[in-house]
Amino acid sequence: MPKRTDINTICLIGSGPIVIGQAAEFDYAGCQALKVLREDGYRTIVINSNPATIMTDPGFADRTYLEPLDLEGVADVLRRERPDALLPTLGGQTALNLARELAESGILEELGIELIGAKLDVINRAEDRQLFKDAVESCNLHVPNSIIVTDIAQIEGVATPAVVRPAFTLGGHGGGFANNRDELHAQVEIGLRESPIGQVLVEESVRGWDEFELEVVRDRLDNVVIVCSIENLDPMGVHTGDSVTVAPQMTLPDEAYQELRDAAAAVVRAVGVDTGGSNIQFARDRVSGDIRVIEMNPRVSRSSALASKATGYPIAKVAAKLAVGYTLDEIPNDLTGTTPASFEPTLDYVVVKFPRFAFEKFPGADRTLGTQMKSVGETMGIGRTFGEAFLKAMRSRELDPGAATPWQTLADVPEGVHPFFEEEIWRIQEALLDIAGSSIDDLVADDWLRLKRLGLSDADIADAADVPEAAVRARRRDCGVRPVFRRVDSCAAEVEAASNYFYSTWGETDEAPPTGHRPRVVILGSGPNRIGQGVEFDYCCVHAVATFRELGYEAVMVNCNPETVSTDYDTSDRLYFEPLDAESVLAICDRERPAGVVIQFGGQTPLKLARAIENAGYTILGTQYDAVDLAEDRERFGGLLRAHDLRSPAWGMAGTSEDAVRVANEIGYPVLIRPSYVLGGRAMRVCYTDEEVSEVPVLDRVLVDRFLENAVEVDVDALCDGTDVYIGAVMQHVEEAGVHSGDSACVLPAPGLTPAQTEEIQRTVRVLGRSLGVVGLLNVQLAITPDGGLYVLEANPRASRTVPFVSKATGIPLVASACRLSTGARISDLGLQKERPPKQWSVKAAVLPFARFPGSDPVLGPEMRATGEVMASAADLPTALAKAERAAGRALPSSGAVFLSIRPAEQKSAVPIAATLLGLGFKLFATEGTAGTLAGAGLEVEAVRKLSEADGDELTVIDLIRRGRCDLVINTPEGRNARSDGYAIREAALSRRVPCITTMAGAATAVHAIANARAEQAVSLQERIDAETRTA
Amino acid sequence: MKGFLALEDGTVFRGDSVGAEGLACGEAVFTTGMAGYQEAVTDPSFAEQLVCFTAPMVGNYGVADERSESRKAHAKAVLMREARGPAWTDWLQEHGVVALTGIDTRSLVLKLRDAGAMRAVVVSGSGSVEEAVATASAQPSMAGRALVEAVSTDAPYRYAEEGRASIAVVDYGVKRSVLHRLVAAGAQVTVYPHDVDADELAGYDGVLLSPGPGDPSPLQQQTAIVRDLLGRTSVLGICLGHQVLAMATGHETFKLPFGHRGANHPVLQRSDGRVLVTSQNHGFAVRATDATEATHVSLYDDTVEGLDFPDLRARSLQFHPEAGPGPHDAWPLIEQWVDEVVAGA
Repeated sequence: MPKRTDINTICLIGSGPIVIGQAAEFDYAGCQALKVLREDGYRTIVINSNPATIMTDPGFADRTYLEPLDLEGVADVLRRERPDALLPTLGGQTALNLARELAESGILEELGIELIGAKLDVINRAEDRQLFKDAVESCNLHVPNSIIVTDIAQIEGVATPAVVRPAFTLGGHGGGFANNRDELHAQVEIGLRESPIGQVLVEESVRGWDEFELEVVRDRLDNVVIVCSIENLDPMGVHTGDSVTVAPQMTLPDEAYQELRDAAAAVVRAVGVDTGGSNIQFARDRVSGDIRVIEMNPRVSRSSALASKATGYPIAKVAAKLAVGYTLDEIPNDLTGTTPASFEPTLDYVVVKFPRFAFEKFPGADRTLGTQMKSVGETMGIGRTFGEAFLKAMRSRELDPGAATPWQTLADVPEGVHPFFEEEIWRIQEALLDIAGSSIDDLVADDWLRLKRLGLSDADIADAADVPEAAVRARRRDCGVRPVFRRVDSCAAEVEAASNYFYSTWGETDEAPPTGHRPRVVILGSGPNRIGQGVEFDYCCVHAVATFRELGYEAVMVNCNPETVSTDYDTSDRLYFEPLDAESVLAICDRERPAGVVIQFGGQTPLKLARAIENAGYTILGTQYDAVDLAEDRERFGGLLRAHDLRSPAWGMAGTSEDAVRVANEIGYPVLIRPSYVLGGRAMRVCYTDEEVSEVPVLDRVLVDRFLENAVEVDVDALCDGTDVYIGAVMQHVEEAGVHSGDSACVLPAPGLTPAQTEEIQRTVRVLGRSLGVVGLLNVQLAITPDGGLYVLEANPRASRTVPFVSKATGIPLVASACRLSTGARISDLGLQKERPPKQWSVKAAVLPFARFPGSDPVLGPEMRATGEVMASAADLPTALAKAERAAGRALPSSGAVFLSIRPAEQKSAVPIAATLLGLGFKLFATEGTAGTLAGAGLEVEAVRKLSEADGDELTVIDLIRRGRCDLVINTPEGRNARSDGYAIREAALSRRVPCITTMAGAATAVHAIANARAEQAVSLQERIDAETRTA
Repeated sequence: MKGFLALEDGTVFRGDSVGAEGLACGEAVFTTGMAGYQEAVTDPSFAEQLVCFTAPMVGNYGVADERSESRKAHAKAVLMREARGPAWTDWLQEHGVVALTGIDTRSLVLKLRDAGAMRAVVVSGSGSVEEAVATASAQPSMAGRALVEAVSTDAPYRYAEEGRASIAVVDYGVKRSVLHRLVAAGAQVTVYPHDVDADELAGYDGVLLSPGPGDPSPLQQQTAIVRDLLGRTSVLGICLGHQVLAMATGHETFKLPFGHRGANHPVLQRSDGRVLVTSQNHGFAVRATDATEATHVSLYDDTVEGLDFPDLRARSLQFHPEAGPGPHDAWPLIEQWVDEVVAGA
């Protein structure tokens, strides 16, 4: 039977900002679903607060709403749009939880909207622990023995070790492992607090058991296919998102695998998922073969995105088609074109996924891996052997120097890994030891082939042999050993497939080399999501691919991140799922012989390869690498600024700690210290004293900048054709300079600039674009000091993090324009709208993962810690600000109590803020010093003790926050002492989920928003852009 | 030790020998199942064949006696991209199976897919490529080869003493999994040689025509026996048994270009529109037909995957409902047949 004709408009909910546990995989899922739904003639509505997603591009749906993903925000859109159906299975847990809320609150019924993909009872059976347990047991399977706890008293008599899992939380958030009674008590308390329904499961520990996941798709006729099996290398006890995983499963004999397959199908049927994809996790005792069903997601998940990339089977696309009535045998397999979606994929290669962690950004945080996910991104490697796939994924992580991470080296195999994998890893280590004991000149072709088939990169071999990588590459090539490329076709070559999806391997025949006559461009992606380099860059890459295709090129994409849209084989003309290192990228260039390589959209990752690409004789399209170097090399950039009479904060370079102190004294305190060439402000620090400076570790060399206190930071995104500059947007940060631009909220248009300042900023950017020789995108960060001085902080001749936000706020196609410029167009050819600030107010707010890293101080600083962002627009700024905060999950209170603890230097500026709050009817609490200043200004405030001043039974500020007697915390930090009172306050606020503001600028803005925000009906992005781009 | 595979068209694939020494002649075929290597090699249906595994790594989880589908290895050689031992490679040596690892299996598969299954020779150790190619081309083609006699039991034996229905299995090269499923369905099971007399079989509540190797078309004697048997008891044919039943009922069989071998083939069950993910292992098939007795059809190439003749109380399945290796989607079909045998007996 074909698709349903009784529904016309379908609303899809996205997953919101990138957070740990929910990344770009849901953008990938959403995009796939939108594509097929539109092909089938449905009208589509999208709601997602994340501007850095492709699914929220105006062309992807009929109506797109960048609105907060809360009941109010979604209901508002549904009331306006009145869709026939709501598809909640492609937007992660966020969408599923919202669907449940919408259904239970009666809104769906009131508006006559049908849930498709997963009905309410199915969602409840999969998510509610008791209902799930009943469903599993109804098919003679078992979940780990467990009890459901809604009150701490219920844990009496429960055996330990045990695992605590809160209901309805992301990535197991709030859960954990308890070895003994005390730990159990503490963990259950946290879990009860974190669970939105106040329910946790305390269960039998299966720690150390092997962990498997199956990706299942079922249609309305009860046909079930298993798309992929995934085996975790890290055994049970480590969240699957934090585990190294491999597909297909490698260690189970057929009979054991089939047992899991049968169990997966039975569970899907018992839970009742009737159309779509589900993910089921199993624990299996290696010796007894006992199986426990751990979890099931009745929706597309992170693992299903991985499974889709691993197999070439587009689960989200199929799930969307199934949701509108198709059956599996009616849906063709894209890769083969001839087989149906009921053909289970079979793999003739191995896929390994590695998590990417960012612990170095959260000093003090517990790095132990457990049931709560902590990784911020992932990489995937494809190879013909486990070793090839494993090492590709491992090196694709692009670890920062000095960053400690699980699986840092091959020697870091965690306990409990299956002996099969231990042996595979040992095999690689042995080969490395052999290399170390011999000379690469002695290696013959067969030796090279053996090493490469083990998965070793030229760099690995070079490291082991202690020779330059280039020497290894040259010697290997002399021996005639070069990589070949293989197709991912979902069928192990059984069926002819014209797939455009490739990976490299060794010692085989090269398959399907490019033959087209169109010129080719190779676009380098941004690798794994990490803090500082996230999905914004993938957004840019995807747009670049689309633009080059429109311009008549074959667009070739290279990336290693399975969570992205860029690695959807549907996106580009050819996709190479390969590490973004010199060896892999050059091998691809050698095969593709591109007219140009595009490096300006993938963040810092492609820039690191620019030199090698140029040296190999390939052309870089757009801004040349020298311009990048000119902008990033402080000496060269300083010279350029001087030559054009532009100011920058005084700076110096230091090679040792003593050196750094000397430089700091020369340029004057406070100073900002950072390593050169790093994105995301890694290891940046503001120092006020010699002592602080000398504590900064100096690896290689550091930059010491004069830190501009209380300066307003401005971000500009512009286009340049080498001569002319087009200013796309001038944005103002809410937080002052010193808070990383990625963590600061950002407002467009800039509200605090005088026309003269705006003009000076524009002039500066025009000078920089021309003098750097930028051809494409340019981002400039500037600061305006309280005395009105304008300083250039940095210029980045590449796509910036704000490109998606600006594109959506203004309607200016920044990436497409940059691509056109890189192929020779002039600014004047682009037909861009007149340069002018947008009419509506848009705010970008950062989402921070502090709640995942207890022990780390949740205070904003020069080192970026945000994982994602949200966007909100409105007719006035306070409304946009309030909406952005809501979208970021920190809804500002409209009444209640506010607690203030302000560092002495800023207490005076807190007075007007406090006065406004009082005027709005808030009650004020403050620590003694702050209270004194406020009282002195005639404000009514109650003083409370700090934790360090605790005295008997008297309430401390911590009690106040923990008991929920405070709705907003404003706390500006006094220093870097993580164990300070301030830290205790911020952590209490975080765990109690009370919004906590750590800068005065942020506080002023928030209070302004509380005082002036209005209720405003949702307006679609299409309508907004239409209003912006209509000639004014 | 090095080794190589030579195809009849002169193509050579080189690898390292990890199995028995010597030379193996046969038809080069490939199977796409990702696990179940031991089951495949011991499946009599792989007799006279050189099996290429598309699975990236083979041997990962070792071996176990209970996984063997028969008493010995039937595949004459195995070709792997990456073999893992020592359990698996030792087993191959012990069972006299020539085996190569490091083979560019994907290129081999692409070759066989495009040119069809080929006569081939696997040489472990050094040897002349020209001689190997000549040996390969001198072999008889699989088309027209009757291999049932070589793998069938010589004498009848009782496999399961007790049961709710008496089932005779005609051994064309039966797998243990078929017998296991019958026992699991509660049947008393007796296995007969391939040329057993129809009158002997007619005394049973049901007769299962087993899977087996080779071309069905020369099996005229077996077809005659089945024709003689039809209508006298319940019959279920599986794989080669399906093809024999098809010939006995006037259907045409033919050689597939490169066969269906794997654990992921979707089959449409016409009665209810359900899709079964099936285990398959056949180089010959029953030609596509609109006839109403065709109950199951391949969603891959429309070949007949199942027949049903209610009046004759006979039915058959091209795929392997017994699995071993492969998905269990079609397990119930054997149990249902036994249920019906019991109900009809």
